[in-house]
Amino acid sequence: MTALRIVLLTTAATFPVLTLAQQMDPSMPMPGMEAPAKTVSTAARPPRGKGGMGAGPSSADPHAGHDMGDTGGMAGMGGAQREMPNAPSPPAALSGPAHAADLFYAPSVMAAAREDLRAEQGDLKAYRVLVDRLETQFQRGRDGYRWDLQGWYGGDIDKLWIKSEGNGAYGGKLGRAEVQALWSRAITPWFDLQAGVRHDFRPNPQRTHAVLGLQGLVPYSYNTEAALFLSNKGELTARVNADYDLLITQRLILQPRVEANFSAQNIRELGIGSGLSTIELGLRLRYEFIPEFAPYVGVEYERSVGTTASYARASGQGPDSVRYLVGLRSWF
Amino acid sequence: MLNRRAVLAHGAAFGGLAGLSSMLPAWARSGSRGVLPTLPTLSGRDIALEIGHTSFTTGGRTGRAISINGTIPAPLLRLREGETCRIAVTNTLEEDTSIHWHGFLIPFQMDGVPGVSFPGIRPRETFVYELPIRQSGTFWYHSHSGLQEQVGHYGPIIIDPATPDPVAYDREHVLVLSDWSFMAPEQIIVQLKQEQGHFNRNNLTVAGLFSGDPAQNMSIEERVKWTKMRMDPTDISDVTGAIYTYLVNGHGPAENWTGLFRPGERVRLRVINASAMTVFQVRIPGLKMTVVSADGENVRPVAVDEFQISVAETYDVIVQPKEDRAYTVVSEAVDRSGMGRATLAPRMGMSAAVPPLRPRPILGMDDMGMPDMGGMGSGGTSGMNHGSAGGGSMAGMGHGATGGGGSMSGMNQAAMRARGSMSATSGGAMRGGGGSMAGMSSGGMGAGSMAGMSGSGPKGGGGAMTGMGGGMDMNMRDPANVPPNVEVGPGMDMIAPDPQDRTGHPGLGLKDVGHKVLTYRDLVSLKPNRDRRRPTRTLEINLTGNMNRFMWSLDGRKFSDGVEPIRFARNERVRVTMVNNSMMQHPMHIHGHFMELVNGHPGHHPLKHTINVLPGSKVTFDITADNPGDWAFHCHLLLHMHAGMFNVVTVRPLDREPA
Repeated sequence: MTALRIVLLTTAATFPVLTLAQQMDPSMPMPGMEAPAKTVSTAARPPRGKGGMGAGPSSADPHAGHDMGDTGGMAGMGGAQREMPNAPSPPAALSGPAHAADLFYAPSVMAAAREDLRAEQGDLKAYRVLVDRLETQFQRGRDGYRWDLQGWYGGDIDKLWIKSEGNGAYGGKLGRAEVQALWSRAITPWFDLQAGVRHDFRPNPQRTHAVLGLQGLVPYSYNTEAALFLSNKGELTARVNADYDLLITQRLILQPRVEANFSAQNIRELGIGSGLSTIELGLRLRYEFIPEFAPYVGVEYERSVGTTASYARASGQGPDSVRYLVGLRSWF
Repeated sequence: MLNRRAVLAHGAAFGGLAGLSSMLPAWARSGSRGVLPTLPTLSGRDIALEIGHTSFTTGGRTGRAISINGTIPAPLLRLREGETCRIAVTNTLEEDTSIHWHGFLIPFQMDGVPGVSFPGIRPRETFVYELPIRQSGTFWYHSHSGLQEQVGHYGPIIIDPATPDPVAYDREHVLVLSDWSFMAPEQIIVQLKQEQGHFNRNNLTVAGLFSGDPAQNMSIEERVKWTKMRMDPTDISDVTGAIYTYLVNGHGPAENWTGLFRPGERVRLRVINASAMTVFQVRIPGLKMTVVSADGENVRPVAVDEFQISVAETYDVIVQPKEDRAYTVVSEAVDRSGMGRATLAPRMGMSAAVPPLRPRPILGMDDMGMPDMGGMGSGGTSGMNHGSAGGGSMAGMGHGATGGGGSMSGMNQAAMRARGSMSATSGGAMRGGGGSMAGMSSGGMGAGSMAGMSGSGPKGGGGAMTGMGGGMDMNMRDPANVPPNVEVGPGMDMIAPDPQDRTGHPGLGLKDVGHKVLTYRDLVSLKPNRDRRRPTRTLEINLTGNMNRFMWSLDGRKFSDGVEPIRFARNERVRVTMVNNSMMQHPMHIHGHFMELVNGHPGHHPLKHTINVLPGSKVTFDITADNPGDWAFHCHLLLHMHAGMFNVVTVRPLDREPA
């Protein structure tokens, strides 16, 4: 039940965010919208996003703000009563050609140069490949390995985001291997909304999931990921993780990390019970020779909960385990 | 006309004999006797410049650069007021280039911004600039194409006045300050998009709590507050000494550029900040400096021990070394991650002590656009009042209440506008930084973070800071605090709740240095302002950004989003207030015009082509839009501009309307 509530919370958190993403579509700037005055509260602000060239009801009286008497402080006298910034430009400012240089150079040549300039000032595409965890796990009985990689490419708002993680035992078989391909859209200064697909190559039978998630920085600067997965077999699961970089020195960094998995139903063939299924607590201490190259050591505790733990016991495994880690964090 | 030494230098560079000094123009070579009015470098009415690839060596390492006439910095151009100068610029690169004459009041089609004033200079093409010179002073020139400026495409200009110079001096030296990186600028900006604060090697650390280092002097409680806001009080400069070598006239600190003087002479230093991303703080231990000019325009002399020079600004100072000894010219990066160093000496080979780097400043509440209550940040400033902020009462009340009003003269600290309010409560219990596993207990973490996100959704960003344990109760991202034309989206991580006019502030980390530091309020134009009309319109321009994503914009929109230009009517007089909604400073530059910095000296406001807006503060200027055409207006931090902090200013009607 707890888990279900949490899944519901995730959903609840996601929907307003989706609505917001639509509201904040920046494709239509509002050049003509003028400020009648400082608004008193958020509620009193004119509606955004619909005004276009100031034609909407929000454009208010175009003469508001013309009276400069108010800004009596001009000459250093003080006493301004109201501030009325951003009055419209006088008509003369709108006269003449749209682009002055078109009078001196071929308009087609200037149009191409303007487009280059537009793209140059802000339209940069960037990328990142982050090997967040590439590690050997020392564990009683079976030593294994784990990878956790992310890569993105794109602009400030929209990115293609690829994630992959998995683990296995040395000399044994691959335990878990998944790849996600996501469209990632910045919806707040700190958060991206991510949607796409995830495919699990292991465990068998393979599954494909639809993914809806959030990734970003929560207050207190925790890097956080939260995602809902709906599999091709109709199972709903969720995963949340967070980590924090605590700088011991400029180069020695302690990173606590928590991950929790949830399921809306029992998935017996995968040994997952409904509710909170597993919780993982990790502590990694890395040394950044350069920020892009940081080996680490660490320890991790994993515990199955509830029905998941029962499934584990039934298959002859303990519900919890402790691992010691040696690995590498790297990016470019 | 090239002078003989420059021709020799040029020839040597192409003859494969290029040592370090032959890559420098004569005036920038170490041991320079100075640039006397009788010994120009490149001058006259016809000048030829050639832009090409070259290599550049500093600190024993060589990198790829773009130079003008084979030198970095580019040749000094010595022009004369009242003349028209023809400058033929030939592009030998494989890409387009351009030259912008920074601070020049010239016809817009000669201003040199591709896509605004002209199409740019194609490879193997020569473009002839015709510059009618109607001003004098210290200026500079640089590329306005791509990121070429970062790799060497900049040089100084002196314009000699048509009338006798009111500044008396026996000798002059040009000091071109710049930042050099062996990492390509295209790579630098990608790394900034990849990770915030990537080049900061002086973060707050746990070890720092016990080190006694002033740069680490912040309590755990305050550190937690900053992480709660997802902000970094040590993020002073995006690009730092981690990859920069700070140059003076093309010389690194070890190469020690040296300018000569005879004891007792009045030496005029023409200081130009031609760097891409670095704000410098300049001092000469043992010498008073008298500032006589800012951005090429004469000001009433003011004696200082130090001055901050933001990117693209110029200052002329007079020094009078009386002793027969060397003096070190220190140009320390604002984040104190490195310094440029040069020497003034009676003879070559002399040097003076080089002071150590001072502690990196820590940002405080005033840098967040809040009245400084002495709580956050160990800058420990005092004497700020927030009395005008409307009673300093409860959160959520008084937002946008404009009762403050206040004098626009900038002479008092009163907030011009109440942008919210403060509530100081005693510090709640804050736990120690999330480092412990205990602090992250299992299931609650998931639920907690979800709840946090859901809260952030409808508000568009979750900037609400209500309930902070430490006692701040102010919304750091309340859209009611900016005009409705501002796009409050993912590209804007902060809205200054109560930005202050900080023109009386000397600059980050300079408040308590124990000697006189220049402030903008010390600048008084020598000549009375020409246009005494009152502005007929006010305009607020918000400087906006997202540190985490390295997005920078004006009014919340990147230039690449397709923005509406800022439109002025010809000869219109407008009062513009720039509000800095970020914790970084932004040197804002307008082309083709001077801005009259409203700093409490009405009638004698200093004229500036570049105004540095301190973090979380606001600055007002008056402008007479008397130069018709289209002009660039942008942050002169090159990578901020490249990230989108740019717009076009149009002035209409034009002289020549379409047929």
